[in-house]
Amino acid sequence: MNFPDFSLQKGEHWLLLGQSGSGKTTLLHLLGGLLSPSSGSIQIENTELGQLRASALDQFRGKNIGIVFQKSHFVRALSIGENLALAQQLAGLKPNRERIIELLERLNIGDKFRLKPDRLSIGEQQRAAIARALVNQAPIILADEPTSALDDHNATEVINLLEEQASALGSTLLVVTHDKRLKDRFPNQIAL
Amino acid sequence: MTLLNLSWKNLSNKPLTMLLSLVLFALGVGLISFLLLINHQISEKFEKNLAGIDLVIGAKGSPLQLILSSMYHIDAPTGNIPIKGVMPYLNPKNPFIKAAIPLSLGDSYRGYRIVGTTANFLELYQAKVRTGRSFKGLMEVLAGATAAQELGLKVGSTFQSSHGLIEDENLVHEGHAFKVVGIMQPTGASVDQLLLTPAQSIWEVHEHAGMGAAPAVEEPEEAEHEHDDEEHAAEDSIAENHAENTEQVNGIALTNQEEDHQNDDEAPHDHEDEHQLKSILEYPDKDITALLLQFNGHNITTLNLQRMINQNTSMQAATPAIEITRLYSLMGVGQDALRWLAFIIMGVSGLSIFISLFSSLRDRRYELALMRTMGASPGKLFAMIIMEGLLLAIFGYLIGLAISHGGMELLAGEMKAAYRYTFTGRTFLLEEAYLLLGALAVGFVAAVIPAIQARNTDISETLAEG
Repeated sequence: MNFPDFSLQKGEHWLLLGQSGSGKTTLLHLLGGLLSPSSGSIQIENTELGQLRASALDQFRGKNIGIVFQKSHFVRALSIGENLALAQQLAGLKPNRERIIELLERLNIGDKFRLKPDRLSIGEQQRAAIARALVNQAPIILADEPTSALDDHNATEVINLLEEQASALGSTLLVVTHDKRLKDRFPNQIAL
Repeated sequence: MTLLNLSWKNLSNKPLTMLLSLVLFALGVGLISFLLLINHQISEKFEKNLAGIDLVIGAKGSPLQLILSSMYHIDAPTGNIPIKGVMPYLNPKNPFIKAAIPLSLGDSYRGYRIVGTTANFLELYQAKVRTGRSFKGLMEVLAGATAAQELGLKVGSTFQSSHGLIEDENLVHEGHAFKVVGIMQPTGASVDQLLLTPAQSIWEVHEHAGMGAAPAVEEPEEAEHEHDDEEHAAEDSIAENHAENTEQVNGIALTNQEEDHQNDDEAPHDHEDEHQLKSILEYPDKDITALLLQFNGHNITTLNLQRMINQNTSMQAATPAIEITRLYSLMGVGQDALRWLAFIIMGVSGLSIFISLFSSLRDRRYELALMRTMGASPGKLFAMIIMEGLLLAIFGYLIGLAISHGGMELLAGEMKAAYRYTFTGRTFLLEEAYLLLGALAVGFVAAVIPAIQARNTDISETLAEG
């Protein structure tokens, strides 16, 4: 699989479009440091991902990259609040209850703090997943098909939230999708 | 959130799966701990009761039965032997014998055994009198601590014995009241459960009730004594401070009689002499049930004594240590079977932990990959799964110990009723600490393969599967 060279400026919002099987998810995993490229390089700010040791990469990812997946998954044994706290802890940060509650409230799911993930609707789960991606104020937010499982109403809401929150944090946002509904939302687009 | 906390939440999120693993684990641990407990306590009891006895002489029959009935007081007594036959061993001048304690068994009071014996029985078990004094006269009883407590006996209490070892109103020896003159300190040995009285009391009760094996021919003098005794018993005047009959048979006297001899000079010889009992050596035609022997060191004579008695007399001699070893090996078969069963249950519980962790991993693959994307290192996932295995092991271990010690406490009540032996669940053994290590090892081994799998989770592949 080959990908064209591209670079994103800090704080920009981009859409990565492509058909199924075009390697969108693979590219996203490369960018997120979940896969390592067989050739070429990925740089975030001044860090070359390929040169980080495994454990350093885990730490780097936890701190700097927030990822939203197509289907929202959580640690099922933990409540939404605990899941977010876990995200903070695994990134090596101190759990910050106020920040979690504030974030959940901003995403309109403040009342779900104590609930287990499977008690939330799909739309609520996706919001909680966004909250988790944002909780560490990561400079980079990657979203893999964040809307494809959602109906029009929820899809619009989720993408709005992503844009709003990324803007609020000044984070760089890259949404990977084949969802035609999003095509007109982003002026910056890469097609595979 | 600590790793421990996370592991615990993962486990408690599936309570039924956890319960199954825990129950199996607790069962295995409980069974092993229970075996350890009961083994330890039984051998402790047996050893305490060995009391340095080298040989037991009794009627022919099962040597194990002879040992159990005469030393541990848990089996039915064997038949009787005539004192004539054991005279040489009762003789305190016998250079090979350190102590010889005659026992007359077979009667009881409300399930507690009455033992007719001599005063050196107390020395054997290092038993001390707590209140009152030791038995001296006919029908006097020195009660063991437990027996006194359970039967509500105090110094001065009287009771009537019954024939045999079970409570049966039809078998009560009427008209012969025993009188408690003292109560012993607890020793932890079987003597706590006994009611001790001079051997003569047992003969008294039996001969006049027409039971037991009274000798066909009695010396006239003996008959007279017996008669006197009976009279006094009837008058309920079992008294103290009676002088002893000075008569000595061929210079033979038992240790318990020696101090009585000293009284000879002080006390006038009135016709109440008979209450100060004569040495049982003076009753060659009477019977006893068993004779406990302690040797003065071991030599050729004492080594040959057992064989000599077994071959040349109508009695048998048994060595307690050998019989107890034999008993252990008999019980050992059952114990071994139970122990293997316990290990198999432990193995199965380890397998159940393995299977539950392994199958939960399949459900949690995505979760694990997610944790990796959030910054968890592979080592952290490994540790989390290992911790889950160890947590199950620790909880299983604790529940298992609770079961075994609780069960032991319950059983202790039953055992007390059945054997008059006290067991307790409120004691912990060093072996149980090793058992904890074993339990942790099982938990670790069961978790290690799932943990390796968790560590090797391919994040990208798993996440791509959705």
